[in-house]
Amino acid sequence: MLDHGRHEHPDWLWRSPEPRTGYDAIIVGAGGHGLATAYYLAERHGMTDVAVLDRGWLGGGNMGRNTTIIRSNYLYDESAGIYDHALKLWDGLSQDLNYNVMYSARGVMMLAHNVHDIQVLKRHVHANRLNGIDNEWLTPEQAKEFCPPLNISRDARYPVVGASLQRRGGTARHDAVAWGYARAASARGVHIIQNCEVTGIKRAAGGQVTGVETSKGSIGAKKIGVVAAGHSSVIMNMAGIRMPLESYPLQALVSEPVKPVFPCVVMSNTVHAYISQSDKGELVIGAGTDQYISYSQTGGLHILNHTLDAICEMFPMFTRMKMLRSWGGIVDVTPDRSPILAKTPVKGLYVNCGWGTGGFKATPGSGNVFAHTIARDEPHPINAPFTIERFRTGRLIDEAAAAAVAH
Amino acid sequence: MAANYRISGHGRLAQAKTARFSFDGRSFAGVQGDTLASALLANGVHLVGRSFKYHRPRGILSAGAEEPNALVQIVRDAARKTPNVRATVQELYDGLTAHSQNRWPSLAFDIGAASDRAGGMFSAGFYYKTFMWPKAAWKAFYEPRIRAAAGLGVAPDQPDPDHYASRFAHCDVLVLGGGAAGIAAALAAAETGVRVILCDEQAEFGGALRFEAGASVDGANGWAWAQATVAKLAAMDNVRVLPRTTAFGYYAQNFVGLVERISDHLARPGDGLPRERLWQVRAKRVILATGSIERHMVFADNDRPGVMLASAARTYLNHYGVAVGRNVGVYTANDTAYAAAIDLKKAGVNIAAIVDLRDNPSSPAVDEARALGIEVNHGRAVIRAGGKLRVSSMTIQPKTGGGERTIPVDALLMSSGWTPSVHLFSQSRGKVAFDDATKRFLPGSYAQDCVSVGACNGTDDLTATVDEAYAAGEKAARDFGGKAVKSLRPKAVSTESFAGNMLGAGPGAGLDKPVKAFVDFQNDVTAKDIRLAVKEGMRSIEHVKRFTTTGMATDQGKTSNMHGLAIAAETLGKEIPEVGLTTFRAPYTPVTFGAIVNHGRGALFDPTRKTATHAWAEAHGAVVEDVGQWKRAWYFPKAGEDMHAAVNRECVTVRKSAGLFDASTLGKIEVVGPDAAKFMELLYTNPWEKLDSGRCRYGIMLREDGFIYDDGVVGRLAPDRFHVTTTTGGAARVMNHMEDYLQTEFPHLNVWLTSISEQWAVIAVQGPNSRKIIEPLAEGIDMSDEAMPHMSVREGKICGVPTRLFRMSFTGDRGFEVNVPADYGLAVWEALWAEGQKHGACAYGTETMHVLRAEKGYIIVGQDTDGTVTPNDTGLDWAVGKKKTDFVGIRGLTRPDLAAPGRKQLVGLKTKDPKIVLEEGAQIVADPKQPVSMKMIGHVTSSYWSENCGRSIAMALVADGRAMMGKTLYVPMPNSVIEVEVCSPVFFDEKGGRLNG
Amino acid sequence: MLLIRCPYCEEERPELEFRNAGEAHIARPSNIAATSDEDFEKFFFIRSNPKGIIFERWRHMHGCARFFNAVRDTVSDKFVMTYKAGEPKPDLAAIAESGPAAWANRPPDQLNVKKPAAKRKTIKKGEA
Repeated sequence: MLDHGRHEHPDWLWRSPEPRTGYDAIIVGAGGHGLATAYYLAERHGMTDVAVLDRGWLGGGNMGRNTTIIRSNYLYDESAGIYDHALKLWDGLSQDLNYNVMYSARGVMMLAHNVHDIQVLKRHVHANRLNGIDNEWLTPEQAKEFCPPLNISRDARYPVVGASLQRRGGTARHDAVAWGYARAASARGVHIIQNCEVTGIKRAAGGQVTGVETSKGSIGAKKIGVVAAGHSSVIMNMAGIRMPLESYPLQALVSEPVKPVFPCVVMSNTVHAYISQSDKGELVIGAGTDQYISYSQTGGLHILNHTLDAICEMFPMFTRMKMLRSWGGIVDVTPDRSPILAKTPVKGLYVNCGWGTGGFKATPGSGNVFAHTIARDEPHPINAPFTIERFRTGRLIDEAAAAAVAH
Repeated sequence: MAANYRISGHGRLAQAKTARFSFDGRSFAGVQGDTLASALLANGVHLVGRSFKYHRPRGILSAGAEEPNALVQIVRDAARKTPNVRATVQELYDGLTAHSQNRWPSLAFDIGAASDRAGGMFSAGFYYKTFMWPKAAWKAFYEPRIRAAAGLGVAPDQPDPDHYASRFAHCDVLVLGGGAAGIAAALAAAETGVRVILCDEQAEFGGALRFEAGASVDGANGWAWAQATVAKLAAMDNVRVLPRTTAFGYYAQNFVGLVERISDHLARPGDGLPRERLWQVRAKRVILATGSIERHMVFADNDRPGVMLASAARTYLNHYGVAVGRNVGVYTANDTAYAAAIDLKKAGVNIAAIVDLRDNPSSPAVDEARALGIEVNHGRAVIRAGGKLRVSSMTIQPKTGGGERTIPVDALLMSSGWTPSVHLFSQSRGKVAFDDATKRFLPGSYAQDCVSVGACNGTDDLTATVDEAYAAGEKAARDFGGKAVKSLRPKAVSTESFAGNMLGAGPGAGLDKPVKAFVDFQNDVTAKDIRLAVKEGMRSIEHVKRFTTTGMATDQGKTSNMHGLAIAAETLGKEIPEVGLTTFRAPYTPVTFGAIVNHGRGALFDPTRKTATHAWAEAHGAVVEDVGQWKRAWYFPKAGEDMHAAVNRECVTVRKSAGLFDASTLGKIEVVGPDAAKFMELLYTNPWEKLDSGRCRYGIMLREDGFIYDDGVVGRLAPDRFHVTTTTGGAARVMNHMEDYLQTEFPHLNVWLTSISEQWAVIAVQGPNSRKIIEPLAEGIDMSDEAMPHMSVREGKICGVPTRLFRMSFTGDRGFEVNVPADYGLAVWEALWAEGQKHGACAYGTETMHVLRAEKGYIIVGQDTDGTVTPNDTGLDWAVGKKKTDFVGIRGLTRPDLAAPGRKQLVGLKTKDPKIVLEEGAQIVADPKQPVSMKMIGHVTSSYWSENCGRSIAMALVADGRAMMGKTLYVPMPNSVIEVEVCSPVFFDEKGGRLNG
Repeated sequence: MLLIRCPYCEEERPELEFRNAGEAHIARPSNIAATSDEDFEKFFFIRSNPKGIIFERWRHMHGCARFFNAVRDTVSDKFVMTYKAGEPKPDLAAIAESGPAAWANRPPDQLNVKKPAAKRKTIKKGEA
């Protein structure tokens, strides 16, 4: 078993080639979604003349900064479709890539703190069940049994009155996902070119794309897929497309490592916190976004303050734990909080963006259908609803609105 | 009996004040003023922990916050267990109880150390390549074991009984670090009268003066000068001195987070004392005097207990009076380690040898060492440390190779130079620059109003440090209006220099060597691991860091980052700056969650809002529910009633007689001014111009995209005055929404908006007897149907206090809402209650309110709508002014998809079995026999048992629902399918006659 | 936590008092009912989202409650200036040098550069 691991690997994870003069397709952004797109282009669509460009190092954007939560218990059919497509790929991804991404189906529990939360979460549970997605309802006692540190006291400021649980949900090691895809793509001939910032998108007289200008010179491409979370507006502007996006700082933190104490992922929309424990023993805690647009990858202390308030309210024994590290990413947010995975008005240009705070969980599914969209020049049925045009027509996929607000 | 390594006549602690403590169940004696580390060393204990991955025995590396190895669990009582406490920082108190971590069954014999012997297999990144096959084994077998092996200490398992405090502060000059530099800077600024805050992570100020024995300032011993100067500063009104206070985070616009440890060093903290305090300081200027941190040498088995930083050994001797061994070796590449050897030698400790990597070191320190008879081996390296639970020898070799020689030692001091602490500078978004001459990163370009002084700025000797720091303090004082004073610039003298750097692995830890030469101790990252990462294709230090986990342990790489970087650069054949430096992220050292949370716990987690009648409701047995921040009466059970029985009784009573309901949580906004009606026309879909004064109208507010944002009854009090109500949850955002449009889009309108939610208590009196209950108490209001029809509002008095009396109904029965000034809310409620009792009225809560409105098909925004619902979808098209040319949302409503067929529409549902109450949120299908994924055509938004209807009732949003009246649809549940019939959402009194009944 | 100058209150206050209100200078069309789907999309959904200088709206929610505009760099989060609602969009070139002092870039070699003690304000004891 161990021998399998030790001898079948090449002695490098990925090559760092110099760019060729042109490629069949260029993926802008070597994050998880971009690398997955390249992998599936090569693996499923036979497109290996592909380069993935990144202004920094691969997996160094939100891919390396998220809290690694994986789930698919979304409300609308469109969302459930793409996230569950991803979840099915997660289960088996280590074997597909021959690289252990440490997908841990430890269960994602979402807490209800009032009657309104119950209505919203039960709506999800019912819709998920009819969509074939596991998501079950738990009483507070059942929730505590599943997650012993949880405070279910009726005296809490916002007592837990129930929870939904997706057992297939969980976490994965984010770096391993990026590296696994990079390694598998590289092994199939994909060029991963780091420290290569795209500064322009070149177009022919007819409008179609012909390549990109970069910090390493001009590179030709028949097709360009933009998968540059945090910078989607910036890149798309280079092709003259203004996006329905705003970019916000999103912070997260980890505690010092401790022995296993937290067996699952817990999320609460009402008190605004989510938490899990990594395989290194750190409590991984996600905070909210700052209120203003920023590309600084930093945020305010008061945001962490609010998050830890919530964590310690739900798990009062954690006040003596210590914050080891905090950091920020940039999330691109669409008006309906659902992503855009689509062709664009510019021929040969495709965009995958707007995942907001939840892109990590979609990585395999997103890359898989985006590769299909690029290779076939038409969306896969799963991503067909996630157009840019929906904001014009009003056919939104509004998961945030569906969570509504307390009456 | 423990060995005694305390040397009388050395150190600054008063020997008489004994503090007893226990470590892993063994009792020891220390001295007050000790750290746990110095007390353990005084007792000859070096073995204090086990490493993360290999479970290697580990000792005490440092004497400060950079400690990677000596992490322990401190236990005060069952609820006060703190994991991962650095023994080098934990001050000793009488009765302290500590345990080692990450070992089983014992520290000296740890089964987990088997992974050390299998070390070749467990090299960096090994997880990723293994444990995948067979697939099922990962979840069932490998993952639980990997997780069980990870982690260091044990998380507390009880709520923390301690409390934490918080302060905000402003100052002109914030000095971070209280060594010679920080003290000098603070002194210069403080003397001019500007506001100064000086903080240091240690219990006492002085920084490196703690160990730098030969330093003097203004003729006094350096340490003594530091104490005297800080005492003087602390006595000044314009200065705040904060010991035991770590600056952990440097945020935008000179906003700095500090955490002050208040009682962790006390034997009996006392109930009133917080454990820690968070300081959030906004400073005009920050002076960074954060010093530098000594690095270890990277050679084989450099992690054996007893192998430590030279400055640490010197600190233990000169401050704590503790010798770290009796026969000590020294391995260095600079001069500062000589000072440690010299001090120890003078204290009577044998120095086995100094091994200096440099070929021809020459300095006063080298000469003095030789003069003291210490053997100095230059051009040589320590290639290996011997021993296991304690270092027993060092093996040395010329660095060019050749014969080895093993020298017995019981402690081995090392220094490869000093890393300037640019962490906070980097957090301020300043850019560091690599200084090639001295091989270190120093502050480059600044992003905020701050300045670095002393060792963190690359200044290597004390005289220059004090001069530079004092000048920075003076400059800050001038910039912020300090008064002119005669300069008292201290004159510092020291013969020592912190210059000299050696980065990366030493000889004997080469590529080809199968040895464990540790770069990052806690995470067990060796030089070889870093080389392997580069060989696997890692080109960026960020990848190397994440692949090997170097620098990611609780010490955040304070001693290891530069070594790791140098080894990566060497392996890549690149210069260090080309490989980059990883980002420094807050916090500088780990910060207790409790300190950040401080008061925000329990009841103070979030404000709790209660209405004027809350206490009355509780006294009358109300069960309370959370609605946003509000606590609302949910239902009022009588003895023996469950929720169902209570709600049924309340529902029937209201329709039979009357009920009282506290509706104070509704948002209320007064819209006043000559253009008030025009403004209302723009903000609501309804027409308002023609609404008569004294009348009310149900209004719908949209967002610009055409979806329902809020609703509520609006009363027109006068031509220029509207009393607007909003939903409970919408109160604040509706006010914001109105203000936004008024201030920025419609500023030409002469209108004032005033939130009056808190000013008016609202008592709904609903039911056939409602008028009879209110009438006796009202003054100056004719409540007859003729004078005051449904949907009207009157101003007058009730119980002698002003009222805005609305005749309106959210039940479908005759009803009123009595608005009175909030201070009189309870009194009026009690008066109404007394009247109500005469008619058999009840008090009812939110649940009955929900049921009664659902019986009438009245929607609740946020429950029957979800932000994707238009007025037409809910059957409220009548409330959209057809002749209006503008209102917020008018354009959004005409977008193609909002006007398209097939939208979900609000309908009623009746279960075929009237006893079945549908679950809210349940999904609706046309064909229950279809396989998953089923086509869902709608969902249940509201569902209740209606005692008044004698059956269950429900509302739902169903695609094309209004065209399906009478049709059968299905609600598939986990174990059954419920048949439902689509119907009107009005279940009770469809003609509406009861409004006047 | 940002420090924001309210142009109405004429002082810098902590971010917690303010509420960001999105991109500035997007006027609601006066005849909105007649706008095309495309123009409505531009008005309501499309945003500049610049990496660099942004013109944005803030509300001094827990202060004077006024909406105002700000010019800020979204990379450094530095405010260039704030100005009252209704005032014209500032000319960037003209305001490039006017950032608040707290953001001034002071390299250490300028530490002791002598500057005229122009606006020195004396502080009485007790005011500190």
